[in-house]
Amino acid sequence: MQLIIWLLLMIGGFTPTQVRELETDPLFNSGRGSALTENGTVEMEASIMDGPKRRCGAVSGLTTVKNPISLARLVMEKSPHSYLAFSGAEEFARQQGVELVDNEYFITEENLGMLKLAKEANSILFDYRIPNGGFETCSAGAAATDSPLQMNGLPISLYAPETVGCVVVDQEGRCAAATSTGGLMNKRTGRIGDSPLIGAGTYASNLCGVSCTGEGEAIIRATLARDVAAVMEYKGLCLQEAVDFVIKERLDEGQAGLIAVSKNGEVACGFNANGMFRGCATEDGFMEVGIWP
Amino acid sequence: MGWAIALHGGAGDIPVTMPPERRQPREAALRHCLDIGVDALKSQKHALDVVELVVRELENNPNFNAGKGSVLTNAGTVEMEACIMDGNTKRCGAVSGLTTVINPISLSRLVMEKTPHIYLAFDGAEAFAREQGVETIDSSHFITPENIERLKQAKEAKRVQIDYSQPIQKDVEKELPAASGGSQLGTVGCVAVDNQGNLAAATSTGGLVNKMVGRIGDTPIIGSGTYANNLCAVSATGKGEAIIRHTVARDVAAVMEFKGLSLKEASAYVVEECVPRGNVGLIAVSASGEVTMPFNTTGMFRACATEDGYSQIGIWTSVE
Repeated sequence: MQLIIWLLLMIGGFTPTQVRELETDPLFNSGRGSALTENGTVEMEASIMDGPKRRCGAVSGLTTVKNPISLARLVMEKSPHSYLAFSGAEEFARQQGVELVDNEYFITEENLGMLKLAKEANSILFDYRIPNGGFETCSAGAAATDSPLQMNGLPISLYAPETVGCVVVDQEGRCAAATSTGGLMNKRTGRIGDSPLIGAGTYASNLCGVSCTGEGEAIIRATLARDVAAVMEYKGLCLQEAVDFVIKERLDEGQAGLIAVSKNGEVACGFNANGMFRGCATEDGFMEVGIWP
Repeated sequence: MGWAIALHGGAGDIPVTMPPERRQPREAALRHCLDIGVDALKSQKHALDVVELVVRELENNPNFNAGKGSVLTNAGTVEMEACIMDGNTKRCGAVSGLTTVINPISLSRLVMEKTPHIYLAFDGAEAFAREQGVETIDSSHFITPENIERLKQAKEAKRVQIDYSQPIQKDVEKELPAASGGSQLGTVGCVAVDNQGNLAAATSTGGLVNKMVGRIGDTPIIGSGTYANNLCAVSATGKGEAIIRHTVARDVAAVMEFKGLSLKEASAYVVEECVPRGNVGLIAVSASGEVTMPFNTTGMFRACATEDGYSQIGIWTSVE
């Protein structure tokens, strides 16, 4: 089974900018390019967490807010709460004067096509599966695929929308994490996934910052992001060990991936799927972009 | 081993000067719900069924902040949320933003059992409720005169603060300034382990008095207000924003697992060391039939019982 996830690790600078840029790019499942609900609409969610004081902000059910992650940050900084959703979140957005657009702005041709396929197959797509047959392997040069859908010579699933996330640690060892998504293709309206849930899709403490993506329900059950930090805190594992542990032990049947940074400037990623789009950069000049292990 | 059950009706700044006419109905309700839960456990009901039926009972009681008796948003409306989790399978269900569903906890169970999702909210959750044919009623049913009064006081308190022009003392964690005492009601919840060792947790709430419309608290967030695995089942109550950032329910289980602490030690650690005073209470049971109900607030409406005959009902710190 093929799972493509895009996550971004950056050292230095603060998270929201990177996630904002990813939100604006229609190839990725958040903001513009979000997966569609069963009604053909977009409902977006996001969360952000600041490690040192564990302040957090989350939003769900957004339909007109251009950059959900920025609204999540405003919830954290300008409201007495941690999580606002649906019409209450939209109202808060209006009060805060953030950029609002029509729901159509977020809907792309590709996703309308994917929704149609999902409805025909009567299934909910985890952002990467095509109902009529999956792919066992995926390599950049492969031309031999059965998919009726291709784009630029590659299987359409390579372009399937996905959650975006970003984790950051600055020079002082302060970690932060942010995640943003449109959720599952053909999801029920009102469905909330792991991305806005602190401890599931997003978490940051004084030890690390974590952002997850994949099968939301599996990530929630596993409290995946919190578990990375908990294992470091309570078992004394280092970042990569903690990441490997939770990926191996906590995801029963579910497929997911995550990226993480630690206060010591380490970066780590883990996934139990075939691939995860990721990029990483560190202060000492190390840079890497990857898809497969 | 053996079964164990604990339930709560909310932790908060419950004044010790609470008059008998307010205290007694609540104590009686706790006793009644405990009896229902114990009877169910004695009749071999699964832990999941037990926690659901106890929380339904608490939701129906207008003296607690869940279902009927839910506190009000800043618009004077009710927005209820609930969550249920099965320890063995870690299956879970959660709902938020309900306005007409009589028993939110039952709808959360239906989300778990009848959809491929875990969490449904607002219009989508209400639509699901109608599809499932659960009991719904006009939203006014849930609103009580007490809560209308609480909302009024909360709004006035904010006005007074601004009039005094004193800088609002925001502590490091930026907690919501406390509304008047007695209005800091938490939630309701129940945790149980049956004599097969099945663990389950359930929590339900109307949220915070004078909350913003659309505000979601800790209750429906797996790992924050509600959690169960094969070690323990936990339901938390108090200041939602604090419970979320400290992932209270998950941490009890994590500390047991990763540091080898007992249920009591792990729960005490989370409540006393991790979360600032005045913000949290929780109930928890372990697979081996232990039960604990720590809180760092003035009080927590609570009750518990174990198979060996122990039982307790309390509000403030017990004298033992």
